Amino acid sequence: MTRRLSIGPFNRVEGDLEVTLSIADGRVESAQVCSSLYRGFEQLLLGKHPLDALVIVPRICGICSVSQSAAAAAALADASGVAMPANGRLASQLILACENLADHLTHFYLFFMPDFARAAYRGRAWHAHAERRFKAETGEALREVLPARADWLRLMGYLAGKWPHSLALQPGGTTRAVSATERVRLLTVLREFRAFLSATLFGDTLENVTAISSVEQLAAWARGRPGDFPRFLEIADDLGLERIGRASDCFLSYGAYGQPAGSDQGQGGAGSLPLFARGVWHDGALRRLEEPLISEDVTHAWLLGEQPLHPRQGETRPLLGEFAERPDAYTWCKAPRYAGDVVETGALARQMVAGQPLLRALVAASGGSVLARVVARVFELALVVPAMERWAHALTPDEAFCSQWQLPDHADAVGLVEAARGALGHWLRIERGKISRYQIIAPTTWNFSPRDAVGVPGALEQALVGLPVEEGESAPLVVQHVVRSFDPCMVCTVH
Amino acid sequence: MKLLWLQAAGCGGCTQSLLGAENRAGVLAQLADAGVELLFHPALSEASGEESLALLRAAADGSLPFDILCVEGALLRGPNGSGRFQLLAGSGRPLIDWLRELAARARYVLAIGSCSAFGGIISAGENLTDACGLQFDGDQEGGVLGGDFRALAGLPVINVAGCPAHPGWIVDTLLSLGLGALGASDLDAWQRPHFYSEQLVHHGCPRNEYYEFKASAQKLSDLGCLMENMGCKGTQANADCNLRPWNGVGSCLRGGFACISCTEPGFEEPGHPFMETPKVAGIPTGLPTDMPKAWFVALAALSKSATPRRVRENSRADHPLIRPGIRKSGPK
Repeated sequence: MTRRLSIGPFNRVEGDLEVTLSIADGRVESAQVCSSLYRGFEQLLLGKHPLDALVIVPRICGICSVSQSAAAAAALADASGVAMPANGRLASQLILACENLADHLTHFYLFFMPDFARAAYRGRAWHAHAERRFKAETGEALREVLPARADWLRLMGYLAGKWPHSLALQPGGTTRAVSATERVRLLTVLREFRAFLSATLFGDTLENVTAISSVEQLAAWARGRPGDFPRFLEIADDLGLERIGRASDCFLSYGAYGQPAGSDQGQGGAGSLPLFARGVWHDGALRRLEEPLISEDVTHAWLLGEQPLHPRQGETRPLLGEFAERPDAYTWCKAPRYAGDVVETGALARQMVAGQPLLRALVAASGGSVLARVVARVFELALVVPAMERWAHALTPDEAFCSQWQLPDHADAVGLVEAARGALGHWLRIERGKISRYQIIAPTTWNFSPRDAVGVPGALEQALVGLPVEEGESAPLVVQHVVRSFDPCMVCTVH
Repeated sequence: MKLLWLQAAGCGGCTQSLLGAENRAGVLAQLADAGVELLFHPALSEASGEESLALLRAAADGSLPFDILCVEGALLRGPNGSGRFQLLAGSGRPLIDWLRELAARARYVLAIGSCSAFGGIISAGENLTDACGLQFDGDQEGGVLGGDFRALAGLPVINVAGCPAHPGWIVDTLLSLGLGALGASDLDAWQRPHFYSEQLVHHGCPRNEYYEFKASAQKLSDLGCLMENMGCKGTQANADCNLRPWNGVGSCLRGGFACISCTEPGFEEPGHPFMETPKVAGIPTGLPTDMPKAWFVALAALSKSATPRRVRENSRADHPLIRPGIRKSGPK
């Protein structure tokens, strides 16, 4: 007997999500992921002045606003051939990293952990603590986390004017030069955030956390340690979160954060190695990213189109009334593929490609999982804050933050960046000085993709298969853990 | 006061902005301690799926009383009036249908952000999704609730407009309602609370000295006034952005970029590139609204001719090149 279960609205994710499960013999047999909101950003950009994209695209998403700006700025920089001065590059990275880390923190405390405070887990040894600390809206941790997050976002106040929806990120750098004293204050913000993470999230120094390189070390480190991350590891161990949520185990990262010249982390200059490398992890090995191998398919979306197309040729044409003629369609989301394969993107993918030892070990042991995704995100908090401290130190007040550029009348350009949730690409065409094509593939478009033309389900659709569902459960918690482990951003997904 | 928050076709940015409110215990505790109980918020509530739908059904049929309905995001009427571009997940029904039912039960209805106030960014261009606000369609009365709509307490929709709304605007509005301290006379012609819209973005702008002398930025990252060349509308835009800092220390102008007047209906289609000032015969077309144009032009010409070298040179640099003089004998 197969039954169908639709779960929606799916709360504590960014935006609109509905998940439909086919359940047989108490297990998920197949899943369909539906993005139920269409807004049409790619169309409304057409005919606009290319720089207007910097006003419009951040407003795709309030939680990934800066990432969208960064991708547009990168595409416009690609079109014009401008290079940022060192200060502009460092300030842009600080702004992007600030958003990415704020999002990781928001995900952990506001979106993900509250599920362990639910009444359904009453009786577990950790429940009373989880309920007191992580309960949605009222948990005591929020009284520490929200002020710490607001203080953290002062970086945006200094560098980007405001968050979300800043115009500070430009193709040639940033609009806001930082003075010598402001640099001192940026370092104070960073130091306070570091202290908060150490005391509240980790119960240890960031350096001790990032030194953990094996599954056994992680377990030993967490045992009895105060801190919200060790408590999560205890819960994860009890519930077996390493055993659920495996998708294709193929990971994509566009690479993140160049390193300042002269730092011990890179060779210096624009061509230096990024903090987190670009590439594709496939069949247990790292490969070069070949951008031409990206395509999008619309056979299961409420969109018109025939063949899978590279985003450089891509189009977005929504159905307006012919829904009945497309019975196989079930979402507004396109199906992106890399060399035809379903790939996962996000902090875990970024760390797999970057070769982070603990994440590689977790995936080697159990594959991509709820546990690995959450650990990757929390680890990035510990990995990136020290890098940001180096970037802030490397800022040189009184030197330029923004180069001048000239936009061409015609260009085909691409901007690839890493948002908190993973690989974000903007493909831009300029004709006669106006935008004539704008295609966006957002991280959650990859992760929450529908089936493609040959019927292969997307990453989350694969990750849900096999999960146990009991009779009478209307929104199974294992399903919720798996869905939220991707930290979906649905407003970016369809845009 | 029980609060129900819906996310329509927006970006979630007003919620993100709200969460960044500066309060020593965080904004959720601040609201709770002031007696605002969050019954439902899609990004924050524990409930999902059927639990959420049951709650929304009960709120819509009156069996779960609530006081305030906050709506974030534009309302999509398309395609072809069906509302199908946004179905409330799990319900199969257009969000605008839910919205109409819930609004009829609310004592107060708040549009959080310019999308739910007027239509906002996605109503730009051809407005393919037929997006509008709760009680306005751009600058025309109407929207999904209609110009005559009044919530049960008697007020029209309160438009906490902005893209995003400042966290302080949202919190001040909610807490004022809790005290019974916000009435019809406290709203402006666009139904925005006067407390933030009676200011101009220009007030408190750190570039005011450059404005006084029309010492204008020539390129991005210059310190000069952004009005003449860079598209800034701060002298006309209604908001207290430079008196009430963003993220503790910032604002658009402090960040080095133009005010695009995001609290205003139609900001999304200015009719010119956002980062360029439209001009006729070299004079910006958008001048302060309450000043005769001829006077502005005359004063601008005079002040330009009187610009100190310090102000002129600094206006074209990204950090001050010349410091103000220091009086050797001390101020008199």
